[in-house]
Amino acid sequence: MLLEIGGSINMIGYALATLGPAIGVAWIFASVINGTARQPEARGAMLGTAWIGFAVVEALAIIGIALAFVL
Amino acid sequence: MHNIVPLLLPLEGDTSWPPSAASFNSRPLFPGLGIDWVNNHMMQAVIGALLVIAIWLIFSHRQTVVPGKRQFLGEMAYNLVRNSIGKEILGSEFRPFMPYLVAIISFILVNNLFGELFLFMFPTFSKIGYAYGLALMSWLLYNAVGIKKYGFGHYMKKMTLPDGVPVGLWILIIPLEFISNFVTRPITLALRLFANLFAGHLVIMVFVIGGTMLIESGTLFYAAAGGVSILFSFAIFALELLVGCLQAYIFTVLTAQYVSSAIAEEH
Repeated sequence: MLLEIGGSINMIGYALATLGPAIGVAWIFASVINGTARQPEARGAMLGTAWIGFAVVEALAIIGIALAFVL
Repeated sequence: MHNIVPLLLPLEGDTSWPPSAASFNSRPLFPGLGIDWVNNHMMQAVIGALLVIAIWLIFSHRQTVVPGKRQFLGEMAYNLVRNSIGKEILGSEFRPFMPYLVAIISFILVNNLFGELFLFMFPTFSKIGYAYGLALMSWLLYNAVGIKKYGFGHYMKKMTLPDGVPVGLWILIIPLEFISNFVTRPITLALRLFANLFAGHLVIMVFVIGGTMLIESGTLFYAAAGGVSILFSFAIFALELLVGCLQAYIFTVLTAQYVSSAIAEEH
């Protein structure tokens, strides 16, 4: 047997927890793409806000990975 | 084949399978001398700091009105931070914060790029202590400038009580805003930087260590899969390059954002 499967079930919980932030992040950048298509010159302003929004939404996934290792 | 792991993962504490949090353990540089806190990852952070200082000294050395190539490059890097982060977020009050913002973005960037550079191949901020240190500095900065501008009482009121909240909701809003602005902010700031690099490096370890084990397994099919896995780790390295730059930018943007919210005028 070369590799055996082991580890913590926490990781499955973390995998589930990434779904929310994944949808959130996808939505943010989808909105930027939509906005850019409608109004290309506003791209810079939208991206600036988008990165901050991305960071805030991503915090959920980040807290998730921390808890997956801690708990 | 066994020298792939030390080449691609030279600073890991433990390269056994499966990679885990223990793989990120530091090694003391001078074992047995009683100074075990001087470890390889700390030395890497110090080298990163010296590198940043050296780079900016070289850029700013003997400046002239008409910039040469070296000064032009430095000014371009500085202007990038000044225009896209400083002016954009802090508005007209950006000037006093520029040294901190430039220092922090270059320090994080250099340390994140260490994760993809030979000789190191380890992002310093995948050790959470370093990320906590940086977040603590940003926390002290935005609270200090807020308190300096408004005084302690007024600053606390401004940060915990948004305008127009009805008196009945104060008991709910004040603790929530306090936790959000003084507890969650620095913790997420540190965890975001740490977790991105930690997770990225963990994935790299899975591909490199796992790939090496497959190659060494002696079965032709496994060995082929291992080779593909090692090749794929280079794609992950490229992704990590992007993530490293992005996280350096985001950390700086959020620091600027927090400073801006601490000194913003009430409407």
